[in-house]
Amino acid sequence: MSLYRDTGVVLRVQKLGEADRIITMITRKHGKVRGVAKGVRRTSSRFGARLEPFCHVDVQLYTGRTLDVVTQVETVDAFAPWLVTDYQRYTAASAVLETADRLCPEEGEPVMRLYLLVVGALRALSSTERDPSLVLDAFLLRAMAYAGWAPAVSECARCAAPGPHRSFSVAGGGMVCMRCRPPGSASPAADTVVLMDALMHGDWDVADGTAQPARREASGLVAAHLQWHMERQLRSLPLVERKAKEASG
Amino acid sequence: MYEGPVQDLIDELGRLPGVGPKSAQRIAFHLLAADPADVGRLQDALGRVKEGVVFCEICGNVSEQTQCRICRDLRRDATVVCVVEEPKDVLAVERTREFKGRYHVLGGALDPLAGIGPDQLRIRELMARIGAQDITEIILATDPNTEGEATATYLVRMLRDFPGLTVTRLASGLPMGGDLEFADELTLGRALSGRRTV
Ligand SMILES: [Zn+2]
Ligand SMILES: [Zn+2]
Repeated sequence: MSLYRDTGVVLRVQKLGEADRIITMITRKHGKVRGVAKGVRRTSSRFGARLEPFCHVDVQLYTGRTLDVVTQVETVDAFAPWLVTDYQRYTAASAVLETADRLCPEEGEPVMRLYLLVVGALRALSSTERDPSLVLDAFLLRAMAYAGWAPAVSECARCAAPGPHRSFSVAGGGMVCMRCRPPGSASPAADTVVLMDALMHGDWDVADGTAQPARREASGLVAAHLQWHMERQLRSLPLVERKAKEASG
Repeated sequence: MYEGPVQDLIDELGRLPGVGPKSAQRIAFHLLAADPADVGRLQDALGRVKEGVVFCEICGNVSEQTQCRICRDLRRDATVVCVVEEPKDVLAVERTREFKGRYHVLGGALDPLAGIGPDQLRIRELMARIGAQDITEIILATDPNTEGEATATYLVRMLRDFPGLTVTRLASGLPMGGDLEFADELTLGRALSGRRTV
């Protein structure tokens, strides 16, 4: 049996047998890791709440024949207790986890950049006043860039003519110029395009200053682009609460 | 691998929660050797469970009639409703003997990763019930884990505009991360009596 240790974020848990769980994590060095946590559902478990979704943990596992087994867990960031106090943030954070899970290739392949994006998004969702919807969209755009199919935002997706352009086509790869524009392209507002560019580049001064209509439209385009590239629909994305601030609680 | 019906039985048993391949084998051979009358009763019970069990039209708990035993019991306090995720949580709270009110079974917890949002649970039914009946307190007894806490948060937001309604949550004596069904009676009873307004 060989032991290894890493830091990771719990993406998903599945019940196994009477009181165990299979924990799926995205880790810094070992990519996607699946491990069994024995007895974790009992209220007396020594793992406590450290192996719940959203938890950022320092974890030790040993390599099993079929699945690895979790032997020790220490909390790095306890995101979950903050996220569950606000339903909007909880749903946005769930979409971050599911997207990361789906973009993570096979177990074992390193995914350091995606891991850092996940930690950054969860940290922002649990500790800042920033609109959770903006944080989620910034994460989705950068995660798509990591996967290699982010929508073009400033240049035309087809001919690379410099923007700003006025049409957006999911099938066309993002913003497109008047000449390349496929039929059925959307015509987002100029503010929406500015917002997507700001989210892509982490320009929060610009993003925080945008109005609700631009945010709503950007969310719609980001979601459409993401879903178009995914084999299966994300379950969590339609359940994300996209309301304005006053609705949170 | 065994032949024919025995292997079929082992395969079916192995699909049940908590039953590994070894236990499936053990149960299968136990049944094979058991008294035919015992096996007959098990067979009958299995046959009835899908047809005979309905969900209570008021609280959503498993029931034999359109209304469950607890909802029909006039001695139980109808003004206090304990909201739980699953029918098995009703049993867990009943075991404490601390609670004399009624229940509302949601049918799960809000879990976007599993595609479960408010519309997939019996939340609308809860709102309707509070609107129609004389309910003064709602006890949120969802599991002390991430999904259970998020569900409680959502319900607090939905319930805070009902005039005269007190919403309470189980006391924090319950260790986080577990399932309610695994809490011992003493701890759960204490969590229930020490509940706090949210
Ligand atoms: Zn072009
Ligand atoms: Zn009932």
